[in-house]
Amino acid sequence: MRTVTEDPYMKVDRVAGHENVERASKVALMEEVFADPRLPHYLYGCYECGICVAACPSARFYDFSPRRIAQAAARRDIDLMFQQMEEDIWECSQCFSCLRCPRGNNPGGIITVMREVAVKNGLHSAQEALHGYSRIIFKIMSTGTQVSPDMLQPDAFPDWGPEVKDVSENLDLWRRALPPETHHTTKTGWAVADKTIVELYLIWLETGALDMIKQVDEGIHMILEEVMEERLEDEGIEI
Amino acid sequence: MTQIEPVQLLLSKKERFDREPDRRSEDFHELLFDLESRGELVVQRVQGDYVTVPTKYGTPKKIQKGHLWHHKSCGQCGHIPGYSTSIFWIMRKLGYDYDDPRDQTSCTAWNYYASATSNQAAQAAVALRNFAAAYETGYFPLIHCGTSYGHYKEVRSELLHQPELRNQVRKVMEKLGKPMVLPEEIVHYSEWLYAMRDEIAATQVLDLKDIAVTVHPACHYYKLVEGDAIYDPDVYHGQRTAAVSGLVQTLGADLRSYSTFFDCCGFGFRHILVQRDFTRSFATLRKIEVMKEEANPDVVLTHDTGCVTALDKSQFSPQAHGRDVGVPVMSEAQFAALAMGAHPYKVCQLHWHSTNYKPLLEKMGIDWKAAWAEFEDELQHLKSGDKEFLTWEDVGV
Ligand code: SF4
Ligand code: SF4
Repeated sequence: MRTVTEDPYMKVDRVAGHENVERASKVALMEEVFADPRLPHYLYGCYECGICVAACPSARFYDFSPRRIAQAAARRDIDLMFQQMEEDIWECSQCFSCLRCPRGNNPGGIITVMREVAVKNGLHSAQEALHGYSRIIFKIMSTGTQVSPDMLQPDAFPDWGPEVKDVSENLDLWRRALPPETHHTTKTGWAVADKTIVELYLIWLETGALDMIKQVDEGIHMILEEVMEERLEDEGIEI
Repeated sequence: MTQIEPVQLLLSKKERFDREPDRRSEDFHELLFDLESRGELVVQRVQGDYVTVPTKYGTPKKIQKGHLWHHKSCGQCGHIPGYSTSIFWIMRKLGYDYDDPRDQTSCTAWNYYASATSNQAAQAAVALRNFAAAYETGYFPLIHCGTSYGHYKEVRSELLHQPELRNQVRKVMEKLGKPMVLPEEIVHYSEWLYAMRDEIAATQVLDLKDIAVTVHPACHYYKLVEGDAIYDPDVYHGQRTAAVSGLVQTLGADLRSYSTFFDCCGFGFRHILVQRDFTRSFATLRKIEVMKEEANPDVVLTHDTGCVTALDKSQFSPQAHGRDVGVPVMSEAQFAALAMGAHPYKVCQLHWHSTNYKPLLEKMGIDWKAAWAEFEDELQHLKSGDKEFLTWEDVGV
């Protein structure tokens, strides 16, 4: 049986869990994290001072700590980082209060990169965290605006009070009662020009952002791909 | 045999980190203009009248007064439309021209911070596409959303420091037939309001001295690339960002502090959409209740889409648990517009907000009942087909 004396500074995999995942694939994932050009600017070691934890909203309500994230990455503790990738990173609020770090670290930024790698590799945590979120991905990628007036439905936001119902019942009329000419929309935040959407689709395709969706939601990926290809074809653009 | 000193042995095993000698965020201008001189990108210059404002580490920042290209926010336009309407209204009222473009996408950073279903190159390309669109019109970009503003500052820093990223994005921009453009300054609307605060106060019609205000500074405004945010020695002695608070002071309202000002609002990006129990708890326990206990504000003002949403909408369900909530929340743009005489419904569109704002309006001396009746009149015209839309003319600008 392995004991902690093997390497007292690293988390033992039977404690970190996820022993069923081969170490080589954990190493490959972390290599992807460290290969990100932003990483060297996000991590400079750690004092273990906990200043980031004191500033962190997620640490108050979850079993979560930006200090642990920085520490694990600074030690390159593969098993612990994998555990964090599967269990911790989606709790982060991405507020970047942890930029207060006296060492100059950016634990929230490390998490952004870890999340990206989790999505790209279709990790369980990414699929779970984004369950129920797909419609938002569809909205932003297909229309260029993230939230739209018609999302304000009482069944989607029952905890936001009766005003949501007022908005949804009067949506069309209330949108016409907005002086800015771009605001008379219900399906998008504002009126986005056709050529702008085509350019956005090209960006998603050219940068591989669309491919990333495949790993977390194949269905949405298929629909998005169809929508984009059809639109670009209409414009006579070859992909 | 030479003995290795224990300390050397230790150091040879230890992970080494190269720390940047100066932890202050850089003045990016030099790098920006250098890349321009090498033909790598175009810098859209601040033009015409501008105000120079102080930033965190002393780098002056130019805020162009007029001829601005409004980079809108999806959450503002979609769910808090009085927010963007008020920004436009103030600009019209002060007589500055602007462009409200259709050739604009969201920065897509809300999605990125929520789901990470994008990557560095895509995010940078989206930013540069929007900047190029602004450049093509000749209008200078003004960013409505705090997250867009923070994210674009990060993108700028990445583009300036990473030649590979520039090359990658350049290829995409070539496909789009667009130039690589970065503006001389990345400017948030709240910085414009700060810069224009004296002109705004000069047109003020309401006395706000009895209105107690607490300010929630938006994380993505002043925590991301913090050297770009406005800090003013006359506002909290330069120890907190002067965005929002500087304007509140100039408007003569009763600006009150509270201990958790540094805390975020609880928005969380993905949490607000799919895990709102966290958002509600944080917004209530760490922000609203603390503000009420320590400062008892009549209104909470903030300068970002997510913060208005999280702080306003989170106050409904905690009432069922007997929590001490019930403070109206709005952007400082809406508050300033009200102070300048804007209509609470036709311009500030307060009926889209959740928390009860009526006692505040009464305290400000605004007859909300009469105002609502006027708004309903307008709705009748729209319903009957007399006219299709409410226009700027209808709201006096
Ligand atoms: S970015 Fe994440 S880790 Fe950092 S303070 Fe915010 S919630 Fe905590
Ligand atoms: S604030 Fe920085 S140095 Fe301190 S524990 Fe957090 S990451 Fe480590």
